[in-house]
Amino acid sequence: MKLTLKIWRQKNAQAKGQMVTYPIDGIDGDMSFLEMMDVLNNKLINEGEEPVVFDHDCREGICGSCSMFINGEAHGPDRLVTTCQLHMRKFKDGETITIEPWRAAGFPVIKDLMVDRSAFDRIQHAGGFISVNTSGNTQDANSIPIEKADADDAFAAATCIGCGACVASCKNSSAMLFVSAKVSQFALLPQGQVEATDRVMNMVKQMDEEGFGNCTNTGACEVECPKGISLENIARMNREYLAASLKG
Amino acid sequence: MALDSKIPQGPLADKWTKHKNDINLVNPANKRLIDVIVVGTGLAGGSAAATLAELGYNVKAFCFQDSPRRAHSIAAQGGINAAKNYQGDGDSTYRLFYDTVKGGDYRSREANVYRLAEVSANIIDQCVAQGVPFARDYGGLLDNRSFGGVLVSRTFYAKGQTGQQLLLGAYSAMNRQIGRGKIKMYNRHEMLDVVKVDGKARGIITRNLVTGEIERHSAHAVVLGTGGYGNVFYLSTNAMGSNVTAAWKAHKRGAYFANPCYTQIHPTCIPVSGDHQSKLTLMSESLRNDGRIWVPAKKEDAIAIREGRLKPTELKEEDRDYYLERRYPAFGNLVPRDVASRAAKERCDAGFGVNKTGEAVYLDFASAIERYGKEQAYVQHLDANDAALVKKLGQDVVRTKYGNLFQMYEKIVDQDPYNTPMMIYPAVHYTMGGLWVDYNLQTSVEGLYAIGEANFSDHGANRLGASALMQGLADGYFVLPYTIGDYLSNDIRTGPISTDTKEFEEAEQNVRNQVDALINNNGSKPVDYFHKKLGKIMWNKCGMSRNATDLQSAIDEIAALREEFYKEVRVPGTQNEFNEELAKALRVADFLELGELFAKDALTRDESCGGHFREESVELDGPQKGEALRDDENFTFVSAWEYKGAPKDAVLHKEELVYENIEVKQRSYK
Repeated sequence: MKLTLKIWRQKNAQAKGQMVTYPIDGIDGDMSFLEMMDVLNNKLINEGEEPVVFDHDCREGICGSCSMFINGEAHGPDRLVTTCQLHMRKFKDGETITIEPWRAAGFPVIKDLMVDRSAFDRIQHAGGFISVNTSGNTQDANSIPIEKADADDAFAAATCIGCGACVASCKNSSAMLFVSAKVSQFALLPQGQVEATDRVMNMVKQMDEEGFGNCTNTGACEVECPKGISLENIARMNREYLAASLKG
Repeated sequence: MALDSKIPQGPLADKWTKHKNDINLVNPANKRLIDVIVVGTGLAGGSAAATLAELGYNVKAFCFQDSPRRAHSIAAQGGINAAKNYQGDGDSTYRLFYDTVKGGDYRSREANVYRLAEVSANIIDQCVAQGVPFARDYGGLLDNRSFGGVLVSRTFYAKGQTGQQLLLGAYSAMNRQIGRGKIKMYNRHEMLDVVKVDGKARGIITRNLVTGEIERHSAHAVVLGTGGYGNVFYLSTNAMGSNVTAAWKAHKRGAYFANPCYTQIHPTCIPVSGDHQSKLTLMSESLRNDGRIWVPAKKEDAIAIREGRLKPTELKEEDRDYYLERRYPAFGNLVPRDVASRAAKERCDAGFGVNKTGEAVYLDFASAIERYGKEQAYVQHLDANDAALVKKLGQDVVRTKYGNLFQMYEKIVDQDPYNTPMMIYPAVHYTMGGLWVDYNLQTSVEGLYAIGEANFSDHGANRLGASALMQGLADGYFVLPYTIGDYLSNDIRTGPISTDTKEFEEAEQNVRNQVDALINNNGSKPVDYFHKKLGKIMWNKCGMSRNATDLQSAIDEIAALREEFYKEVRVPGTQNEFNEELAKALRVADFLELGELFAKDALTRDESCGGHFREESVELDGPQKGEALRDDENFTFVSAWEYKGAPKDAVLHKEELVYENIEVKQRSYK
């Protein structure tokens, strides 16, 4: 396969970036998108140029590192995959592919396609936990039965990988899907009830401080989420937030 | 230095309790005066950092990823073992201990393994209290599944994402402490040296991966939870960034490296598709609960399948060879990983492989789908003779159990595993070897601890499925936070450790010299060239089966490759910016040393045990003919290597393994 890549190059956080065009040849349909980028980078190194910087680690769709905005979509054209799981068979020979970083005020560019997502960590610091010490002196794990449907829904929300595709896809750069996934996980479990009020208030406050926008229910986040995190979580978070606000 | 494992006296079942009662504690006010560095934020490092901070120590935690949540524990799929006996199928602490020692082929320490089994049940309680959403049954209680090498169901799971859920649990515990200021988190930092003052580990040197800044960090003790070194094979199920550098630098500063040759080659991974391959993807062992492994019984069928003339679904039952069920009737598809991997290699080497490269076998769910479908048809009062309906119902059950794994497979291979068998082949997955530690998890350097996959302690020569998560969390939540207190109790009057000393100066300069040398090297080949070449040597000569001739040539080839690396590697860019090639070069430089020690260790261990299979050491006749032959008389010891310059000069220290509670037997799964 022969392709034309148009890639965002930016030296560092302060520099002004630009799109740069790279022709590339010999791409196999069985390659993952990142393996295609490896081919490009080794070519650039051999030509004495600097390789394109991007975040990646597990390359099996679970660590949440990779974060490319491909042809106008977070993680590219396939559904329910991260960039590392996207395969080149989804593209046609001769195609031009545009590759950009996540773009959001809350995710400043570090270099090329790599952005700073530490805002997500700070939101979790604000309340993404249950305050139980790790001493092991808790009650037996089976002492509180949890309805299977609730456990399954909590799990589904907990599968968020924190990649930021939701923010990148949203015209408002809203982080509501990300935040609501954690709020929902704990809201659905009995263990999460004790701190429910503080949790949702603190996490939403931090989310606002980080410069993420509001949700206007366009649903792009749900479509682009590689883990299929549902919009229902946002609705649940809104209910939790309302209940917490009324409690004061 | 003589190796002292510091195993407490007394009966096995009382050792840990007694030890906890005997060791010194640090009072809460004094904990505030003590700093601890934790490197790595996976299950071991993350849980240790959180617990140490809860206890009151000042923790500095480091990871090379952009967030602690991305450590590679996140990718563990199948589950976590615990001796809860919720299924009432005869499980107990002793049985989990026994299975783990036997699974490790009698090359692990009894006392460590017993402690692991003992605290396992607590892990589940802890994680549920933290909000980890484990799978549950319709009664709302926790569900279990079965894993290889055991006869009970003791594995707790969260679909195929158990590692993710457990890591996010540990991450949440860390977040609580980061929010309180008890953990200071350093993301995108790589540890490049250990600093020793008066023989004790008192700090580390790191490189900020974004700015390139070389930094000094001090503490009263240093804990390494930096994972395994499977990436020495280039292709493995490890993450791209997983590396041995922290452990190797510790080794160079005096920490003994134990059993480097003990590697786990996992039987069920997606086969290699071409030279472009950058990593391999695991398909959880839990799939072997319901999948049956087979190859065609006739070579001509295998050839026809490889050439695309025949589909696997067209092959009749009698023309299939379910070779694990045939060779190991007692355990069948659930034999331990090393046994399953070698059996797959044996069939493929004999010419029965089923993909283009001839290096793949089938993992088939058709009979599980039918079985579950029939059950559902009965439950729902539907027609159990309607084949299409049964298939659909069965597929739904399989989807709820393994949905994400099937989806992952389909995305990578472009085939639908609900309707055609999966193709799988063994791949490097886990390293049982690691830094030598005593019962307190302290390395041979005072004040330097190693936990989780980074140490060698619990899995012997082979790890059982769902035991890595158990060990990581046991070390981090329940073992290290106690044992480190005994050491730190001597430091309550020490005061802050200054970084303005000649020891820090020397270590920093050491790192700067290495970085400068790589950046200024006028070579012509990218780092990957060397890493791939190293990987090929390791896979071909130190892989699933090993012999003396190949191992000796691996040692020579790796030494030569290392020399070429320092002459020919090209690292573009500068050191004062994000420079992934530089980070990779620093890691590969250490893999090039470790690889040679690995081969030397494998050559020295002239027996077959666990994941280490020596072609010279097999049963020649009897019912076990062709199976691995252990040599207990000469090799019942841990190999702990001391650094002396080049890997070929490393000095071997032996820790004899004593079995007082378990009768050492041949490991039979027949």
